[in-house]
Amino acid sequence: MIQIIAFYLFAIMVCLSGFLTITARNPVHSVLWLIMAFFNAAGLMVLLGAEFIAMLLVIVYVGAVAVLFLFVVMMLDIDFSELRAGFAKYGILGFVLAIGMAIEIWIGTQAWEAGPIQAAGRAAPTPDPAAVPNIQAIGALLYTKYLFVFEGAGLVLLVAMIGAIVLTHRNRGGVRKQNIAYQNRRRPQDATRMTNPTVGQGVEL
Amino acid sequence: MIGLSHYLAVSAILFVMGVLGIFINRKNVIIILMAIELILLSVNINLVAFSAFLHDLVGQVFAMFVLTVAAGEAAIGLAILVIYFRGRGTIAVDDINRMKG
Repeated sequence: MIQIIAFYLFAIMVCLSGFLTITARNPVHSVLWLIMAFFNAAGLMVLLGAEFIAMLLVIVYVGAVAVLFLFVVMMLDIDFSELRAGFAKYGILGFVLAIGMAIEIWIGTQAWEAGPIQAAGRAAPTPDPAAVPNIQAIGALLYTKYLFVFEGAGLVLLVAMIGAIVLTHRNRGGVRKQNIAYQNRRRPQDATRMTNPTVGQGVEL
Repeated sequence: MIGLSHYLAVSAILFVMGVLGIFINRKNVIIILMAIELILLSVNINLVAFSAFLHDLVGQVFAMFVLTVAAGEAAIGLAILVIYFRGRGTIAVDDINRMKG
């Protein structure tokens, strides 16, 4: 019983948050609704027994991606009311397309029928959750069978990080920077001069 | 009892909502990126639901990879957005074709 209530709570909240994400007038509110949607999706995944993915959603999405969005939304000074100009014009086309797509998915799921599931056909059968926790099972799979894909995922993140830094980094002109190599290269004999001026003559620089 | 089709319905609604978000916010690229995140979230729900109901862990492993790609995509997208804003002073993307290479 409690499972059914929890499912409907999370499902309704995730759909509502998703709708408010795309329709909110203020993009900051959009980001906050997106965070709400991710939290509730994490709840759905806990219900499914995928604790690792649920925690990953909370940590990666809420902790990193949504905060990144929030940073960008708040950092850029954007006139958002001007950006909503075509809302009604594109809205009708969008709604028609969305309803068409929903009907298509519905027809697809109605036509789909699960065949008999053979236990031997599974790529990696889930071990008994009471004996092996979800995170342990995923780790055992990830570091053996999917090791190269896992390394590839790490490479994707590395490339994304380098790309983001290269794209947003800029060299400002007209800024006096410290040149440490030049400073270290400089010797006393290059910089100073011994003179023995006569009294009253001074030194010519 | 809650079955696979319930989760698929939630995932389908979320997916359609993401597509709708791209359409009704044609100009605001930040909301478009958020709509893409919603679409990827619905794909993740789909993968995890099938993984749970078919007792096959691969779905959860692939959900993790989808999450990785989504995080990288958000970072790159926002970086492009920041440099676009720096050059133009706006983020209206419907006239972005003015750049022409």
